[in-house]
Amino acid sequence: MNFGDHVRAVHAGGALVVQPRMGMADPALMRAGLEAVERADADTVGTITLDSYTRTGDLESVRAALRDGVGLNGYPIVNYPAAVTRGVVAGLAERGFPVQVRHGSARPLHIFGALLDAGLHATEGGPVSYCLPYGRTPLDESVRNWEASCELAAEYAAERGVRPHLETFGGCMLGQLCPPSQLVAISVLEAVFFHGLGIRSLSLSYAQQTDAEQDAEAIGALRALAGQLLPDADWHVVVYAYMGVYPRTAAGANALLAAAARLAVDTGSERLIVKTSVESSRIPTVQHNVDALEYASAVARDRRRQSAGPDAPAAAPAPGTDSQVYREAAALVAAVLDGVGTGGVGGALVGAFKRGLLDIPYCLHPDNAGRSRSYLDEAGRLCWSELGGMPLQGIAPVRPGRRITSGDLTKALCHVQDRFDAVALDRGADRPVGAAEHELLEGKTA
Amino acid sequence: MSGATGGAVGRGAVGRGAGGLATGGAGTVARPALPLPAQRSAEPVPRRGTVVVSSMASDAHTWNLVFLQLLIEELGFEVVNLGATVPDEMLLAECRERGPVLLVLSSVNGHGYHEGLRVIRRLRADAGLAGLPVLIGGKLGITGGESAEHIAELLDAGFDAVFDDRPEGIAAFTGLLGRLSERQAHELR
Repeated sequence: MNFGDHVRAVHAGGALVVQPRMGMADPALMRAGLEAVERADADTVGTITLDSYTRTGDLESVRAALRDGVGLNGYPIVNYPAAVTRGVVAGLAERGFPVQVRHGSARPLHIFGALLDAGLHATEGGPVSYCLPYGRTPLDESVRNWEASCELAAEYAAERGVRPHLETFGGCMLGQLCPPSQLVAISVLEAVFFHGLGIRSLSLSYAQQTDAEQDAEAIGALRALAGQLLPDADWHVVVYAYMGVYPRTAAGANALLAAAARLAVDTGSERLIVKTSVESSRIPTVQHNVDALEYASAVARDRRRQSAGPDAPAAAPAPGTDSQVYREAAALVAAVLDGVGTGGVGGALVGAFKRGLLDIPYCLHPDNAGRSRSYLDEAGRLCWSELGGMPLQGIAPVRPGRRITSGDLTKALCHVQDRFDAVALDRGADRPVGAAEHELLEGKTA
Repeated sequence: MSGATGGAVGRGAVGRGAGGLATGGAGTVARPALPLPAQRSAEPVPRRGTVVVSSMASDAHTWNLVFLQLLIEELGFEVVNLGATVPDEMLLAECRERGPVLLVLSSVNGHGYHEGLRVIRRLRADAGLAGLPVLIGGKLGITGGESAEHIAELLDAGFDAVFDDRPEGIAAFTGLLGRLSERQAHELR
């Protein structure tokens, strides 16, 4: 079954699909990690995260690392023969455990080739979201490479009767401090970009930000816009647990993950990408990931039971199109799609960044205008303080005057960490995760 | 996003204190006299000159650079922020072209010591840039808290100050910039 069909079927059965990030260089360890995720007491799908040399196309360094036995920080799918990767995933999809390849590349054509060769068909990213936050690859080059990648996937699909699945990463731009309306707009625009290149099985991402109510508005807006712009596609929404500076206490980290799981359930989202309790300090072990998946899944089950039970609060209507986030996101999307010409959606995206119609605050990439600014208001909602050239005049409220200082920035970046750690420490429920605890956890998984 | 997760920001690219110069301290060492470059042209210059803020070739983190830009602007300088993964050639070309009063290099991916040595040697070997004041800071090694030997080596190779990731770093850095700023204002008067 196609990745998207699987997720939608699980959701239709009343459950939230949960997914880790996980990548090991050794094929046997990768297989063992996938099987551990499959066995977890949760509705899981699998992840193969690639290493950073493969991400940047530095295959010579992968070769050297494999030859010299030097560690890689993920699975080098391009350097391994397709048969090796086929072995890693053998039988998994057939028994209801589809696997997605995660990579982070602005130029993913070599990665698409390798994963399709190995019989995999689900991956993620986007020409904007995997370009602007990282490095200096020009946006138009990323767009061209992503176009070629999607065309390759669509051709493969036509030849073999498989439907490839693509997820946008646009809802996660920069991890933090990008106002939700622009996250929604870029996530939708990347989905429209994929759709225009023949991909019909899609998911749209949105990463938990600083305020649960604003996040719910954002996901409502994402669903509304996807419904309008992708009428003939199968799509679902994937929520990411917070992507910014993470709580340092295990209890704070778990509380933040629980909030993400509740957000996913309350908004009817189909899938959740989890973070682990050791996010702030280290790369998680397989067991950390399994624990996080089972915890998030349990929270989601409870939430669903509550909202169906006799004491359930009156169900709030989905905010959909009647929200500030929707009004801003719709204006951004419309302005970009107005620019679609012979260059398609990709060309319109390049043009939009050139003109500053899209402008990501605090993004230093040379192709980002860099004239917009965001801040956290007193209530903890993400707002605009400078609009630059974005078509939001008269739509988005803007705080007049005061410039963001370095102190404000630090405070905003650590706002979620501070809030969730403070709750954990107040309850006396926890202490920062220490070295001894790490060893214990590692021992448990060895 | 970063690490095994696919990019720079997702894993919490920013440490507590957010600086790429994040927090240096006992390990903060400045040469006694900070040399300043001669003024390069008669064109009107901002009152306190331009500071170039940059990463080095392997480092894709940016929140540290954004933080430094805001901090340095607050001290009255113009900032040119070169962003993430800046190749050596580009760094040298930008410094030659813009004639900054100071170059601030920030590194938080653990390769700062090795990359810093390579970059400072190239800068000091360049006739036009040999006298440019250059600072480096951040999380320079993989283990955190740079060793005294590494700091001494970076200074010997030509850095004017080195800030490792200890909590006193920001104060030491702003103090140093303040002194530079006073001197610069004096010279431009």
